[in-house]
Formats: sequence, structure tokens, C-alpha cells
Amino acid sequence: MSTIQTAKRKSRWPIWARRGLMENIATAIIAIGFLMLFQPFALSLYTYSFVTMLAGTVMFIIVSKFPE
Amino acid sequence: MLNRTADNVARATPEPLAKKIRGISDKGLAWLFISPTILLLLAINIFPLFWAIYLSFTNYRANRPNEAVKNLGLANYQRILGDQDIWIAMQTTAHFVFWTILLQTVIGFTLAWLIDRKFRGHAFWTTVILVPMMLSPAVVGNFWRFLYEPQIGLFSYVISFVTGIPPTNVQMLSNVEMAPWAIIIVDTWMWTPYVMLICLAGLRSIPEYIYEAAEVDRASNWRQFWSITLPMALPFIMLAVLFRGIENFKMFDMVNLLTGGGPGSTTEVASITLKRQAFESWRTGYSSAFAIILFVAVFGLANIYVKALNKVKQR
Repeated sequence: MSTIQTAKRKSRWPIWARRGLMENIATAIIAIGFLMLFQPFALSLYTYSFVTMLAGTVMFIIVSKFPE
Repeated sequence: MLNRTADNVARATPEPLAKKIRGISDKGLAWLFISPTILLLLAINIFPLFWAIYLSFTNYRANRPNEAVKNLGLANYQRILGDQDIWIAMQTTAHFVFWTILLQTVIGFTLAWLIDRKFRGHAFWTTVILVPMMLSPAVVGNFWRFLYEPQIGLFSYVISFVTGIPPTNVQMLSNVEMAPWAIIIVDTWMWTPYVMLICLAGLRSIPEYIYEAAEVDRASNWRQFWSITLPMALPFIMLAVLFRGIENFKMFDMVNLLTGGGPGSTTEVASITLKRQAFESWRTGYSSAFAIILFVAVFGLANIYVKALNKVKQR
């Protein structure tokens, strides 16, 4: 039996800040902003939709560069 | 003949220039070829975007170019995001985008699935179905206006024949409740072939041996559809939804030709409001801010879809 083991280099990047999770959060923020922009129920939600969408989009651009 | 011309060109090139050209590396040559495109993109896409971002913070009016431009900060954005009329325009856009995408995807996929059966004359019918997509939106808008005419329109007579309502009472474009649907029908008629074409590419990419294996396992047609056809065609369907979603979100020509935003403001989608603010009220700064809001919405949407698409592709 072979005893050769491939040495995996441990990343020092925190697990909570990995790309997959952060991209999911950013996507959820964009989706919420998008729904706020088009919903017919409350003007206040419409007012804050752009900020929400912009935050989500900027976050998505940044976190898509994070390691997997 | 061609060689002789090339020889003549080579001989006519001054020696210093010829030396320079011979000295260009492959990478340099690649940059030389793509630089006109990059310059064009910078001039007609990137620069106007940044210029619009700048204008969105000002009170600039394009019809008063000599007037002093005042910096308003975020005032334009605050005004738009508190404006009841623009909020209603957004809801009209959402209604239009939702129904057109739903109808186009369902009908487009069904047509693609039927065409993929490869019945006799399927190539002819594919070409016939694709015709609306090849027409100019201006032409489509104008002839559907005639079709919707209550006095002479064929559409009104067909509806009258089916329902028994007199054709003069079928007022698609001037009726508040029917006008949004009139636009949805035309857009669906025109762009369903596009969705069909993408879905057909998806269906044709499914290898035959998977169906053969399913047949061996005695899977029913229904089971094959849900377990093979739909999952494997899903990335293509999502791509079609993405393209149509973005296109319909900024739909202008069809709405402008058919109803012009009317009756009242029942079909005033975001792009029509934008055009009215920019070129009728001449509020360039205000409309630039509105355009940036729409841009961020489309950009965010595109991000979500690209991510979803990658996920489906990885399966």
C-alpha cells in the first residue's frame, strides 16, 4: 500500500469568508433589492431598493475574487 | 496575381517602416488588431457610462448647454426613489417582463421540443417559426398596430369570430386593461422563436445514448422528460431567460410604436419614462440618475443568472 500523501497547503483565509458562501449572500442581497424595486406594496421598500441592489452588486464583484 | 500585388506592396513600403513591421511580436500584432475595437468600445460604451454617472449628480439640461452646471449630490437619486410615478412605471415594467418571459419560455420550449421530434417537414416549419424574429421591431410595431385596429384589424375580427363581441368593441391599444396585454402578445409573437432556437440547441446537445439507456431501464416518456430532457436543457433555458429578461427590461421600441406609453400611463414602462424625462422634459441629470438605477438593476440580475448558470453547468 502506498504511503505517499499529497501535502495540501492550508489556506489561511477564514472559512466564513470563502467565495461560495459570500457569493450566495451577495446574490440574496441583489435578489432582495430587485424585489424591493418592483414590489407594489410599500413606497419605502422601493426607496431603499437601489442602495440594497448596489450593495449586493459591489459585494458580489469583491467576493467573486475570494478563494474557494 | 495576388502574389504580384503583395510583392509590389512589400517593395513600395519604405525600408524603416518595413523593418518596424517585421520586428512586431505576436502579442504586439494581436494588440494592434484588437486596439481599434477596444478604442471603439471605450468611446461608445465606457465613456458614456462614466459621463452618465457624472451627469447623474448634476442639474445638467441638454437643451441648455450654456447654463452653469450645478452639483446636486444625491438629490436626483433621492427624487427618483421617492417618486410615485416612477414606482408605478417600475411595476408596469415588472408586469411586462414577468409575463413575456413566462410565455416565451413555455411556448418556446414546447415548440423546440416538438421540432426536435423531427417529423416530416420540420426544417420548413423551423424556418417559418423563425420569421417574426428576423423582422425589424419598427416593422412589427407598425403592422401590429394595423392588426389591432378595431375597424379594419384582422386581430379584432378573429377575436370577434371566436367570442362574438363586435370587432369595433375589441380595442386592444386604447383599452386600459388590454393595452399591456397587447404589447405582451406582440413581444411573445416576435421573440418566442429566439427562445425556441436556444432551447432547440439544448435539446439537440443531449446524447442519444442516454435515452437508449433509459429505454433499457423501461423509463416512461414522462420520466425521460423530467429526468433527462428538462435537466439537461436547463442551462440553455436559463440562458434564454437571461437574454430575454435583460432585453425586455429595457424594452422601448415596441411600446413606443404600439401605445407610446398610453392610454394614460398604463403601458409606461421604465424606458418610456426615461425617454420622456430625457428628451421631452430635458432633465438630463435626473434621467441619467434613472438610467444608472436601471443599469445597476440589470447588472445585478445578470450576476445572479451567471452564477445560477455556472451552478447548473457544474452538475
